[in-house]
Amino acid sequence: MFESLAARTAHQAERSGNFELWAWFFMRVSGVILLLMVLFHLFWMHFVIGVENINFAVVAERWENPLWRIYDLFLLIFAWTHGANGMRYIIEDYVHAPGWRVTLKTVLLLLYFALISMGAYVIFTFRAP
Amino acid sequence: MAQGAFQLAREGLRYRGREGQWSWLLHRVTGIGVFLFLALHIVDIFLMSFGEEVFNELLFIYKQPWARIGHIFLFFGVLFHALNGIRVTILDFWPSAWRYQRQAVWVQVVIFLILFVPSALAIIMSMLS
Repeated sequence: MFESLAARTAHQAERSGNFELWAWFFMRVSGVILLLMVLFHLFWMHFVIGVENINFAVVAERWENPLWRIYDLFLLIFAWTHGANGMRYIIEDYVHAPGWRVTLKTVLLLLYFALISMGAYVIFTFRAP
Repeated sequence: MAQGAFQLAREGLRYRGREGQWSWLLHRVTGIGVFLFLALHIVDIFLMSFGEEVFNELLFIYKQPWARIGHIFLFFGVLFHALNGIRVTILDFWPSAWRYQRQAVWVQVVIFLILFVPSALAIIMSMLS
């Protein structure tokens, strides 16, 4: 059993190249960036603006400044990619049935592209009325 | 899958990995929680595209009492995940720090409490006012 497992792992490593190494590296780098960006985002939106004051007008005004749009775009890309890759790790670790693995990873990938497109779309195209 | 979850819980209780094991588990749990919130958050910001009425109407979700409780959980999850991730990253890149790995968990707990307790109090205060 171990022999086949080792062979399978080696085969997968060969096939995927350095992908897992880059994923591991990305999780650390994006994690450090996210620590700063997310904590600032939370502090700003929750305690400076106040979460109960957030509405359409507040977000629209924020996006008048292109720097906030860039900030939000980076936040979206780093946080959502970091999160989706983390979910992939969890599927890899706990879902052993091949059918379920492929299904869940496909759903995750579709969800990843759908939401990153939705977020990027609104950041790029939003115009205050 | 249910059998896998049962085995996971049993092995998790049997394996006495102390601080490292529990922070690892909490890292996964908080990661899933923050990921799910992030998915909701991307969708709600996407609704900015549909104009003021649609967006402001959706915000009722965040004004519910249970959403305020969820709010405290979000701060807990993000702060724990961020600090724990930084600890893991430091230990990954500087193996010489391994001799202090157990103490590192407790340093992390102290920093976490310094950030989390005032945040949670601020959220509770705004809930009551």
